[in-house]
Amino acid sequence: MMQILSKPWPWYVAGPLIGLTVPLLLILGNKSFGISSSLRHICAACLPAGIPFFKYDWRKEAWNLFFVAGIFLGGFLASFWLKNPEPVQVHPQLHQELSKYGIQDYSSLVPKDIINWNNLFTLQGILMMVLGGFLIGFGTRYAGGCTSGHAIMGLSTLQWPSLIAVICFMVGGFFSAHFIVPLILSLK
Amino acid sequence: MENPVKTSPIVETNTDFEVRSLDTICVNESQLEHKWYHKLKYLLAGIFFGIVLVKAEVVSWFRIQEMFRLQSFHMYGIIGSAVLVGALSVFLIKKLRIKTIYGEEITFHPKKFTKGQIFGGLLFGIGWAITGACPGPLFAQIGMGATVVLITLLSAIVGTWVYGYLREKLPH
Repeated sequence: MMQILSKPWPWYVAGPLIGLTVPLLLILGNKSFGISSSLRHICAACLPAGIPFFKYDWRKEAWNLFFVAGIFLGGFLASFWLKNPEPVQVHPQLHQELSKYGIQDYSSLVPKDIINWNNLFTLQGILMMVLGGFLIGFGTRYAGGCTSGHAIMGLSTLQWPSLIAVICFMVGGFFSAHFIVPLILSLK
Repeated sequence: MENPVKTSPIVETNTDFEVRSLDTICVNESQLEHKWYHKLKYLLAGIFFGIVLVKAEVVSWFRIQEMFRLQSFHMYGIIGSAVLVGALSVFLIKKLRIKTIYGEEITFHPKKFTKGQIFGGLLFGIGWAITGACPGPLFAQIGMGATVVLITLLSAIVGTWVYGYLREKLPH
């Protein structure tokens, strides 16, 4: 049993489980699934600085912070109890492309060759981790949601503005993966 | 107890659809007050969700690269089937008028279109491909022991803050 669970789960198992998070949160307490707003609550709690966008009672949304703390713990549990001993399998074409940039380490889902503390102090590392993170925070809040809030919750409730947001996520991602990511990876 | 949201100067429309309490300022807001430990159920829900994210490799930088290079169906299958199950659940909740475990009515709030969904969406998409993570996976990756992702998360919090700071000046 543990052996089956520690293998990567197929999409048709994981996707429906992720979809069930929508009714789970609704039934637990009428909560709309959405993760990126946790970043806003952290700002509101730690450094509201008189900005109107952060002047609200974040304690009312504290459930969201419990939820993301759970995701952190879930990440810990999954990687220590259900760790997949095999290297990460990727498409051969991607493997070939990445080897050009010296990416060899497939022991973790987060590529250790580029996402590590030493690399943080290089231009490549700053662009990947600092700029990349900034765009996630700025972009999701500007769009009013992320993959969970717009793609899953928004599309599940048939909101057309969410469909537009999701199309833009994908357009940005395609552009970035084809033009920006190779540029960043070639820096060394 | 007085509700601080009611007295705060926010009069603009809420464009942030994940922050429900801002949508419901004057609408029958829940009068239920629970002790803090009632929120532990969301911690458990998060643990469940985090385990699924890791085991399905949604947190994988490699999977995100494959998705944007059309080299794998995996991520499309996950998002597609999640939306199907989510939509079916929402349909059933509405149809059968299912209530929360506290017997409260479940409510939905229509989203309004703003240009932010376009500009913000594009910017987030660029960041998604670079970091190989959206906000949920950032938390899971740190839990997995990729401690440097803490910097990416901090940077995302800074990005959110800067958006809040510049909000009035940005096109919406």
